[in-house]
Amino acid sequence: MSATAHAQVDGHEEDHGHHHHKETFVTKYIFSTDHKMISKQYLITGLIMGTIGIAMSILFRMQIAWPGESFPIFEAVLGKWAPGGVMDADIYLALVTIHGTIMVFFVLTAGLSGTFSNLLIPLQIGARDMASGFLNMVSYWLFFLSSVIMVCSLFVEAGPAAAGWTIYPPLSALPMAQPGSGMGMTLWLVSMAIFIASSLLGSLNYIVTVINLRTKGMSMTRLPLTIWAFFVTAIIGVISFPVLLSAALLLIMDRSFGTSFFLSDIFIQGEVLHYQGGSPVLYEHLFWFLGHPEVYIVLLPALGITSEVMSTNARKPIFGYRAMIASIIAIAFLSTIVWGHHMFISGMNPFLGSVFTFTTLLIAIPSAVKAFNYITTLWKGNLQLNPGMLFSIGLVSTFITGGLTGIVLGDSTLDINVHDTYFVVAHFHLVMGISALYGLFAGVYHWFPKMFEGKMMNKNLGYVHFWITAVCAYGVFFPMHFVGMAGVPRRYYQNTAFPMFDELTDVQVLMTVFAIIAAGAQLIFLYNFVNSIFNGKKGSLNPWSSNTLEWTTPHEHFHGNWHGPIPEVHRWAYDYSKVDANGEYIIPGQDFVPQTVPLQPDEEEMHH
Amino acid sequence: MNSTITSTEENVWGGGDNQPLGASYGKMMMWFFLVSDALTFSGFLAAYGFSRFKFIETWPIADEVFTHVPFTHGSYPMIYVALMTFILIMSSVTMVLAVDAGHKMQKNKVIWYMFLTVIGGAIFVGSQAWEWNTFIKGDKGALETKGGRILQFVKADSGERAALKDFAITIPGERVEHENKNGVWFYDEGYVPSYSVKEVVKGFKANSNILVRTETINEEGHKTLLSRGESLKKLENATQVVEGANLIHNEYGSRLFGDFFFFITGFHGFHVLSGVIINLIIFFNVVIGTYERRGHYEMVEKVGLYWHFVDLVWVFVFTFFYLV
Repeated sequence: MSATAHAQVDGHEEDHGHHHHKETFVTKYIFSTDHKMISKQYLITGLIMGTIGIAMSILFRMQIAWPGESFPIFEAVLGKWAPGGVMDADIYLALVTIHGTIMVFFVLTAGLSGTFSNLLIPLQIGARDMASGFLNMVSYWLFFLSSVIMVCSLFVEAGPAAAGWTIYPPLSALPMAQPGSGMGMTLWLVSMAIFIASSLLGSLNYIVTVINLRTKGMSMTRLPLTIWAFFVTAIIGVISFPVLLSAALLLIMDRSFGTSFFLSDIFIQGEVLHYQGGSPVLYEHLFWFLGHPEVYIVLLPALGITSEVMSTNARKPIFGYRAMIASIIAIAFLSTIVWGHHMFISGMNPFLGSVFTFTTLLIAIPSAVKAFNYITTLWKGNLQLNPGMLFSIGLVSTFITGGLTGIVLGDSTLDINVHDTYFVVAHFHLVMGISALYGLFAGVYHWFPKMFEGKMMNKNLGYVHFWITAVCAYGVFFPMHFVGMAGVPRRYYQNTAFPMFDELTDVQVLMTVFAIIAAGAQLIFLYNFVNSIFNGKKGSLNPWSSNTLEWTTPHEHFHGNWHGPIPEVHRWAYDYSKVDANGEYIIPGQDFVPQTVPLQPDEEEMHH
Repeated sequence: MNSTITSTEENVWGGGDNQPLGASYGKMMMWFFLVSDALTFSGFLAAYGFSRFKFIETWPIADEVFTHVPFTHGSYPMIYVALMTFILIMSSVTMVLAVDAGHKMQKNKVIWYMFLTVIGGAIFVGSQAWEWNTFIKGDKGALETKGGRILQFVKADSGERAALKDFAITIPGERVEHENKNGVWFYDEGYVPSYSVKEVVKGFKANSNILVRTETINEEGHKTLLSRGESLKKLENATQVVEGANLIHNEYGSRLFGDFFFFITGFHGFHVLSGVIINLIIFFNVVIGTYERRGHYEMVEKVGLYWHFVDLVWVFVFTFFYLV
C-alpha cells in the first residue's frame, strides 16, 4: 500500500510513461484508445444488446406458453407481424434467430470477453494499455457497427433473418426461401462479417499484450486465472472465427452469385433451380468448426472471472492453479475437434459420429477438474458472500447441471432421441447461457469499482438480483429438460397440432412465468448499474481485499493506469490467508498479500 | 516455481521488457493474423476437398483444363501455371533479400528488392487474370444434359478433343442474341452460344469421326469414351450448349470445379493484389526514407511475412487444384 501512496506523491513530477494530452470529449468518450473506456463501451453496448435479446425471448416464450393468444404487447411491439395481437409464425422464427445471435455473439462474446479482456488484461498484468490502442478502438467500433446493422435488420420490410442462429442453407442461401431470407439475411451476414473482423482485431491485441507486455516478475505462472482464460479465449477466437468467415463467404457466393457450394437439387414452387452438387452438410461442418469453440469463447472468460472472484471471496488460494491452467488449455484444444456432435443426425457418416462422441466425452475431464477445483476452493473457506461471489457460485452450479446433460447429448446414440428438442435448449442455456451470464454479472459486481472510479454497486439490490435470477433461471430451464425428453421439438411456433404435447402446456406456462420474473429481475440490475454509476458509494482502493494488480491503481482514470512506475510483481495472485511457520499471517493483521509485496525474509514461495 | 525451468528461460518469460518469443508485438500480431487467415484458407480448401471427394468419379482432370500458354496455340498442360508459380516464388526470394538488406540498413538494396517483389506480384496477378479469362472463354465447348452433366467430344481416329466448331453444322435462320437496343425487353438474356444443340447434334450425325466423352473417369484414370451408338443416345438428353465456364455452367465438367476455381483462386488473387498494394506503399516509404529515419526496417519485415504467407497459400492451392 505504501508503494501506491508514494507513487501518488511523486507521480506528477516524474510522469513515467503517461502523457498529459489534452483530451476532448470525442477522444475521451467516443474514439478513445484507452482500454478502460473501451471496456466500458463494450459493456454498455453488450448490456443494451442483452436487453433486446432477453426481451425477445420473453415475447416468444409467451407465444409458446399461450399459443395463438392475442396480447396487446405483441401488437405494440411487433406491429404488422402480430395482426390482432396474435404473433405471426414468421416473426416467431425471426425472434428465436435474433435472440440466439444477439445473446451468443453480441452479449456473451463481445459483451463478456470484450469488456473484461479489455479492462483486466492491462490492469492485471501490469501494462499501461493494450499493445495497440488504435486497433483496440477499431475493434470496438467495428463491433458497434455490426450491432447497429444487426438491430437495423429488425426493421426491414420482410423481417430479420429467421433461419435460426446457425443459418443453415438452404433457408439462408435462397432469398426466396422464407421472408427473412431476403434483406434480413443479407444484413445478418454483413453484420457478422464485420463482427468477425472486430473479434479478430480484439483477439490479436489480447494475445500479444499478454505475451509481451507483462510487468517485471509477472511470469506466465503468476498470471491471475482471468488472464489465462482471456488469453486462451482469444487464441480460440483467432483459430475458429476465420472458419466461420469461410462459411459466410461461400454462403454469400451461393446467395448472390449463383454458385452451388451448399445447394443441390432444389425445387421452389415446382421450378427446378440450377444449383447442383453442393452440400448443406459441408456448411454444417464449417459452421460448427466455429460453432463449438464459440461455446468456449463464451464460457472460458466466465470461468476465469469465477476463479478470481471465488478465490478472493473465499479468502483462500484457488485450488489447483496449474490444473486450472491445464484444463483451460485442454478445453480449448478439445473444443476444436468435437464439432461433429452437433451433426449426429445430419447424415454424416455414423462412424464419424462415434469419433466425435469419444472426443466430446473427453471434455468432461478438464471440465470436471474445474468444477472440483471450484468446490475445493470453497471448502472451508472464509466465504464473503458478496454479489459477485454468489454469481460465481451460481455459475459452478449451472455449469455442473448443464454439463451433466452434455454427457447425454455428446453420445451419438443417446443424442438421437433428444436431438432438436427442448432438452438441447435446456442444456446449452444452462451450461453456456446462464453460466456465462453469471460470469458476466460476477465480473460486473466485482470490477464495477475499477470501471467507475471507485464507486460500488448496491449490495442489497445485488442480493435481490441474484436470488431472483438464480431461482427463476432454474425455474425456466429445469422443467425444460422434461419437456424435451417428452419430445417437444425446439423452434416450433406452436405445438397445438400434437395432442401428445397438450399436457405439457402447463409446464410451458410455468417456464414462461419464471422467464418473465427473471427478466424483471434484470431490470433491478440495470437500475443498480446505472444508479451506481452516478450515485454509487465510493469504496476503498481495494474494496475486496484482493491481491491482483488492478487494485493498486488509483481511483481516477487516466491513460497509463499507474502514476509513476508500473509495480513489480513478486508472487502469484492467490496468496490469501497465507501463514508463516508460526501460523501467523505474512502481513500481520491482513489475510492477503498483494502481488506487489516482496517475499518476506522467512517466507517460502508456494509451490503451486 | 518449477525448478526444472532454467533460469534464463525463467527470465525471458518472467515479464518486464522481455519479448518472450523474440518478436515485437506488431510482428507477433502479424503472425497471429496469418494464423487466422490460414484457417480461412483451410476452410476453403477443406470445403474443396469435401466437394471433390463427393464427385471423385467425375471430377475434371486439371491437365486437360489448364493447357494454354499466352501467344501460343498448342496444348501445354500446366506450363503457364508453373511459370506463374515460379515467378511468385521468386518474388518471395527478392522479399527475403529486401528484409535482409533492411537488417543491414542498406536503403538502396531494399528499394531494388522491394521493386522486384512488386513487379513479381503484379506479373502473377496479371497472369491470374489471363488464366481466368481463358477459363471463362472456354476451349472446345460441350453440351449439357437435362441432369446437368457435361458431354464433350473426341475425334475417334486421333483421340484428340474435338471443338464444337470442328463439326457443328450451321443451320440458317437460327435466332440471334437479343440485345437491349433491339426491343422493349430491357433484361439481357444470358448469352447465346455459337451453336445451338440442334446444330451440334446435326454435325455429330454427319461426322462419323466424332464420339462423346462423359465426365465419368474410368479405371485407367481417363474420361469414359462412348461408342457411336451410345453417343447418339446420350445426345438425346442434351439441353444446351456450354462454351467456357462461369459460376453456373462449366464446359470442363462439374460446376463445383468452376465454383471453387473462381472462388479460391479469386480469394487468393485478392490477397496477392492487396499484398502488391501494401508492398507498393512500403516501397514508397522506403524510398522517402521513413524507415531510415525510424532506425529499423521492421515494416518491411512485417509485409514480408504477409507476402511469404500469400506465397505459401499459393503452393497449397497449386498443389490441390492443379497437381493432384
